[in-house]
Amino acid sequence: MSDSTPAQTGGEAQPPSQTGPAVDGRPEDGVQPTDQAAVNAAVEQALADIAAAADLERLKTVRLAHTGEKSPLALGNRKIGKLPKEQKAVAGKLMGQARGRVNKAVAQRQEVLEAEHAERILVEEAVDVTAAGRRRRIGGRHPISLLMERSAEIFVGMGWEVAEGPEVESEWYNFDSLNFKPDHPARQLQDTFFVAPPESHLVLRTHTSPVQMRSLLSRDLPVYVVAPGRVFRTDELDATHTPVFHQIEGLAVDKGLAMSDLKGTLEHFARQMLGPEARIRLRPNYFPFTEPSAEMDVWHPNAKGGPRWIEWGGCGMVHPNVLRSAGVDPEVYSGFAFGMGIDRTLMFRNNVPDMHDIVEGDIRFSQHFGMEV
Amino acid sequence: MRVPLSWLREYAPVPQDATAEQVLATMVSVGFEEEEVHRPSDEISGPIVVGQVLSREPEEHSNGKTVNWCQVRVVPEGQEQTLTGKGIDPSGIQGIVCGAHNFEVGDKVVVTLPGSVLPGDFRITPRKTYGHTSAGMIASVRELGIGDDHDGILVLSRIGLDPELGADALELLGLDDEAAEINVTPDRGYGFSIRGVAREYGHAVGQPFHDFVLDAAERAPEATDDGGFPVELADAAPINGVPGCDRFVTRVVKAIDPAAPTPAWMSSRLRLAGIRSLNLPVDISNYVMLEYGQPLHFYDLDEVAEKIVVRRAEPGETLTTLDDKQRKLDPEDLLITDATGPIGIAGVMGGASTEVKQETVDVLVEAAHFDPITIARSARRHRLPSEASKRFERSVDPRIQAAAAQRAVELLTELAGGTVQPGAGDVRSGAAPAAAPVLLPESYASERVGVDYAPERIEQVLTMIGCEVRPLPATGDGAPGWLVTPPSWRSDLSAPEDLAEEIARLDGYDKIPSRLPIAPPGRGLTEAQTGRNRVLASLAAAGLTEVLNYPFVSQEENDLWGAAAEGTAVPSVSLANPISEARGRLRASILPGLLETLRRNHARGFRDLALYEAGAVFLPGEKLGSAHVPPGAVALPPEVLEELNAGIPAQPWHLGMVFAGQDAPTAPGVAGRAYDWQDALDAVLLAAQSVGVQLTVRQGKHQAFHPGRTAELFTADGDSAGWAGELHPQLVAGQNLPERTCAAELDLTAILDARPDGVQAQDLSVQTPATQDVALLVDADLPASTLTETLAEGAGELLEEIRVFDVYQGDRVEPGKKSVALAMRFRAADRTLTADEASASRQAAVDLAVQRHAAVLRG
Repeated sequence: MSDSTPAQTGGEAQPPSQTGPAVDGRPEDGVQPTDQAAVNAAVEQALADIAAAADLERLKTVRLAHTGEKSPLALGNRKIGKLPKEQKAVAGKLMGQARGRVNKAVAQRQEVLEAEHAERILVEEAVDVTAAGRRRRIGGRHPISLLMERSAEIFVGMGWEVAEGPEVESEWYNFDSLNFKPDHPARQLQDTFFVAPPESHLVLRTHTSPVQMRSLLSRDLPVYVVAPGRVFRTDELDATHTPVFHQIEGLAVDKGLAMSDLKGTLEHFARQMLGPEARIRLRPNYFPFTEPSAEMDVWHPNAKGGPRWIEWGGCGMVHPNVLRSAGVDPEVYSGFAFGMGIDRTLMFRNNVPDMHDIVEGDIRFSQHFGMEV
Repeated sequence: MRVPLSWLREYAPVPQDATAEQVLATMVSVGFEEEEVHRPSDEISGPIVVGQVLSREPEEHSNGKTVNWCQVRVVPEGQEQTLTGKGIDPSGIQGIVCGAHNFEVGDKVVVTLPGSVLPGDFRITPRKTYGHTSAGMIASVRELGIGDDHDGILVLSRIGLDPELGADALELLGLDDEAAEINVTPDRGYGFSIRGVAREYGHAVGQPFHDFVLDAAERAPEATDDGGFPVELADAAPINGVPGCDRFVTRVVKAIDPAAPTPAWMSSRLRLAGIRSLNLPVDISNYVMLEYGQPLHFYDLDEVAEKIVVRRAEPGETLTTLDDKQRKLDPEDLLITDATGPIGIAGVMGGASTEVKQETVDVLVEAAHFDPITIARSARRHRLPSEASKRFERSVDPRIQAAAAQRAVELLTELAGGTVQPGAGDVRSGAAPAAAPVLLPESYASERVGVDYAPERIEQVLTMIGCEVRPLPATGDGAPGWLVTPPSWRSDLSAPEDLAEEIARLDGYDKIPSRLPIAPPGRGLTEAQTGRNRVLASLAAAGLTEVLNYPFVSQEENDLWGAAAEGTAVPSVSLANPISEARGRLRASILPGLLETLRRNHARGFRDLALYEAGAVFLPGEKLGSAHVPPGAVALPPEVLEELNAGIPAQPWHLGMVFAGQDAPTAPGVAGRAYDWQDALDAVLLAAQSVGVQLTVRQGKHQAFHPGRTAELFTADGDSAGWAGELHPQLVAGQNLPERTCAAELDLTAILDARPDGVQAQDLSVQTPATQDVALLVDADLPASTLTETLAEGAGELLEEIRVFDVYQGDRVEPGKKSVALAMRFRAADRTLTADEASASRQAAVDLAVQRHAAVLRG
């Protein structure tokens, strides 16, 4: 076993050092445990080899060469037993310290190399996260839907409820019950789609206002509802018109409501939609189903190109004839109603330049909004 | 209503230097919305002056054209030209080449001097032409933008003008005037007159209005039985009991000068008001209509036979109207007739036979008051929305007919030189429509508007708008108030709420405070509303993009998408007046619109598409609508409301989805996968699950879908709720859809109705489960779902979950068969299952499959 150098125990590995544990170059069967210089030399050699071990594999080889059973220090240690009794203690101490230093150095080097190894693996596993594709693509809501939801939520937060009604509606709900007299010019102003045959007296609702009547007929008083939904007029599609668009209707019928309540409600809504500086301005107007009636302008503090007044919709105090149609006594109850265009709101609130973008279904339009409006 | 400022200034305190914009701003404050400004001087500017043709030498040129080389004096003789500028001759005489020939030496004409600009940004400069330097232009009416006659040089004597040379022609022709266009809401018919606008202008600036119409009424002669022209009001079929005509005033003017021109001031105002000048009598009738709000009709007296009778049309009667169109009359049409038959549709349009013509010398003036509803229906029926019908259907002041006729007669005599026949005809039917007094409690307006109006202020405002206000110590409920009689021109004021609006309007809407009412506690969104929002959000989160399509489709599209079986005629709602005849139906399915949007996106270069839309579809039942429309303003009995509601087509919400291309583009770490039928199915199941609904999947057959790659979905009640799968390849090819387009449609309303009501928690056993696999050989066409259900039934209650993990068809199984591999997990609530127990349960499952489907256990 004289040739069982650490190099050989290390298998395919390189010799731990140029000289090996046999400092003087001759075959060795262990240090002489009393030869302090030789022990020190063996220790120094071991420490040098340990320090030079570049990786864990190499350190294992070095460790076996210097601490294994066949290592000079191990073999030397065995010789202690054969020493004269008076030398045993000194030799034992010398060898113990020597082996301790070597073991400690191995342990320390082991720790360093393990840490290096772990770090290297992480480096090797690194990827370019910026090159990653998307496994799940983001879709998107249509901003009109989102804006209707958002509008409704603002009113729900005020204790109002959300009412609905059909899009194909009877003329009575769309017109007559709302105080549009059969031959009144106001009825012609609505550009109505009629269902064939005309004797069916059905229309595509021209506004969300028939939901006022449906709400009053189906709910207990007081009534505070909003009705977002789709409405229809026979307009050709252009940059600002579309035959199919959206409104949100509001109706409050209670005891003692006045126009000031209407204004306060609109102002609250405007602030939620457009920011805390939003304000409402009312101008006299005419609608058959309200009296007094008003056109509402909203002060849009964040309008593109600077704050300004924008026409927002119509409103007013519910006409007593509307209450009468619903069997509500106008002597006891009063109410207010309003309606504004969702599409129009989206256009000025979110700077949509052209109605075509809203109706054409280009995926870029919805996807840009994603889940937010 | 377009209001020329010079006209308004005659009757309202409009400052001399006020612009149309300022007038509009003033009118807005009393509720007349601004429309537009019409200002000729934006298009035309001087120096444009009056000149006199001193010489006119025709010169024939080599191009065959004869032009006139003219010398035109543009300053009074003996005076020097004070204007300066390139091409303006200091002598006051301009050399001008003119191509027109309808003028003579000595005529006074309009000369556009160098430096002036004509409509169309036509800049006048001295220019060399036909061997002369032409320093200006002799203008035609068309070049000045005041008429259509291109060749017609405007010879001022022909429009009755003889101005001084060098005078500003823009001022002379009223081209320095401008008009403010206001929007008049349908309730304010009086706003379609200078009288009404001047009154409101006065309200806006706090100045009293002097009603010039009352002055004209003072000047009008007493009506006599033999005055005017014989008229009989014979309406045998009044609408709603209101006579079609309640007043018919006639005046006769004889021997007018048929050649008398319309003066420039009148044609200018008419033009600014948007009405073309035709001939003097017609212009006068229009002028008085604009000024008073009373439409007039002038007849050629010689053409009206015997006596005028105002009556409804008889069946089969026809009339050729002024526009030379023959019109079939309806028995509801109110007619003006004479011994020959109809000579006009009352308040809408006159007849051709009696119209005032170029040679008319004797004029019969009609100033009548007609029932708004009668006129509205006739105008609509004959599609003749005239200036007259517009006013009549919004109602005209019933007390101004004599005054308007007086004004017309005065203008005819003054401008056309006619002789008024003494007396006037004034035939009435019943009492003149009179405004009923309105009881207005003192606190009414304050309560309704939310402003504390002082009683004096209310009286002041109501008096200002022309009401008669009589204080009452106690109104109906004992509180003080007023009895208010609205003025004759305000038929819109009939109830206290109308008066409240007037008080609020004139006191100022800007004084209304803001107060947020407190609604009683609400119940939040309904569960269906929350559920719908959640479905829509889930699909977006799952990568689909929401779009909103028009619901207009063709019948073919409804037949294809609205029914599973080919050749089904799907009942559809059709529109009487669709935007496009090709899409005259309302959709019975969401998919046609969605596929069109898919194609549009594809054409715009987007290949990977997953779109969805939720919205109403329209499914008419047997009863469509209701023959009768009940009146408004009265509570309807429940059965009438039920009848109305029963005629409204079912309009459930459907959810549609379409898929084409890949689920994601191929990229590092992403293997892009082509969308297939399973994505459509997954999305449908996801939508249902997002509201807690488990759908059952069955093999489906639908004409528009791939016969072997389509699922039909069922609710727990066993109702079909929709379809999901790949579209039929032939359809995909035929409709130019992207290859392998997949789609799904779900009855969203049904899904929301099927939502579980109060989900109960299940027991979660913590006992150890036993898992066993089973592979069965079955007929290839046995649906996996059926096999799974059989196994679950056979396995009994120990089975916790069963799931197909592989289906194999190929070399190792015989043709016509397939091998289905399933994983079964067993668990007991109270103990750890032994292997024997699990095996027994599995065996029971297999036994049932063998018995029911002739399944063979493999391996």
